[in-house]
Amino acid sequence: MTSPVRRFRALVARDLRLALRHGADTLGAVLFFLLAGSLFPLALGPSPELLRRMAPGIVWVCALLAALLPLDRLFGAELEDGALDQLMLSGLPAPAIALAKMAAHWLTTGLPLLLAAGPLGLMLGMRLAVLPLLLAGLGLGTLVLSLIGGMAAAIVLGARRGGVLLPLLVLPLATPALIFGAAAVDSAQAGLNWRPDLLLLAAFLAGGLPLCPLAAGAGLRAAVE
Amino acid sequence: MNINLPAGETSAAAGLPPSGLQASGLVVFRGERLVLDGVDLQCAPGGAVLLTGPNGAGKSTLLRVLAGLRAADAGSLSWNGIPVADDLLAHAGRVAYLGHQDALKPGLTLEENLQLACILGGGDLEAALAAVDLVPLRQVPARLLSAGQKRRAALARVLLLQAAIWLLDEPSLGLDRHAVGLLGELLSRHRAAGGLAVATTHVPLPLPDAAILALETVVTQDVLEPLA
Repeated sequence: MTSPVRRFRALVARDLRLALRHGADTLGAVLFFLLAGSLFPLALGPSPELLRRMAPGIVWVCALLAALLPLDRLFGAELEDGALDQLMLSGLPAPAIALAKMAAHWLTTGLPLLLAAGPLGLMLGMRLAVLPLLLAGLGLGTLVLSLIGGMAAAIVLGARRGGVLLPLLVLPLATPALIFGAAAVDSAQAGLNWRPDLLLLAAFLAGGLPLCPLAAGAGLRAAVE
Repeated sequence: MNINLPAGETSAAAGLPPSGLQASGLVVFRGERLVLDGVDLQCAPGGAVLLTGPNGAGKSTLLRVLAGLRAADAGSLSWNGIPVADDLLAHAGRVAYLGHQDALKPGLTLEENLQLACILGGGDLEAALAAVDLVPLRQVPARLLSAGQKRRAALARVLLLQAAIWLLDEPSLGLDRHAVGLLGELLSRHRAAGGLAVATTHVPLPLPDAAILALETVVTQDVLEPLA
């Protein structure tokens, strides 16, 4: 009998291999992130002071929108080709299956976004000293986004026009992460204490970690019925 | 193949619980429509049941209920006398389900597509591919396979899962005569090893002495029909 941990790892590994083969999805999110971020200097003008002031917010909003892009296919593709049935019979509870998909979403979308956030921040004129803080906040934030996004994707699964519902469901739930994440960098740039913001972000992640997979699991069960 | 066999023999007379898969009085609604109305099914280890009936009679729905993918709205399903709903995870571990779709990812090679089932079920990939005559195509992306080859790949996954219960939804779909022969061999080996199989079909399947359960389309009177 294969152990549950091994099954979980096998599910994540399968998703990573799929993401590698369909690299366009992963690359698409990162390119969108960089492109959308570089539109701001064009629209706002090249004033370094203004851009530096707005950079944390720009990076955060762009990351949030970019993380949304692959969500529609996260479970949608599995439902369409019948693979979801096989996953549901993999011997793992539905929340664990959802968590595996969320982990895969973070590894294939959140992590690349994190890597691209540094260059984008520098391009917008952020000081090198606050960059680690931006990345730390974004690291927590992308995890939260994968959890909330995966939950929403599972809930709208099987609904007609689910793709339209998805951002409407994710964006309001993701606003706390956005507020605290951007506020932490803002505080640091202004020389204030940034710890409370980051801790609140971490608390948000701690809350989502058990709750989101549970809700997503219920969504998956309803979708295969 | 190594299948966990139930220790108890069929001895309902001795007071022991019946072995194998039993369903009784299964009722399933799909939205407002009654799809299954009190279906009884019994399949002992080594046995096989063929589900026949017109389109929309609920064959696939019954198979999904037997797999534990959806719950019945009424009735009971048990394995060796123990209700399946008590431990759905354990049930998932003894079921290999072949759906309408082959669940193959077009971008992955055949081998990569089957890797998950390999890890989950612990089957031998080489042997499974040989059994469905797909060894030469193991490195070929699934998008390049024909419909019949995809079906055979899905059958290889059923083999890899090493499950006691095979639930096959039109397994011969798209298979040529040679492949149907292979399917027959797989089924008889599975049954000889003490496994059981439930299959839906519209065409004759190589399942000798299988019990036949003919499902009928449930006709319900529309109580909400407006008065003319």
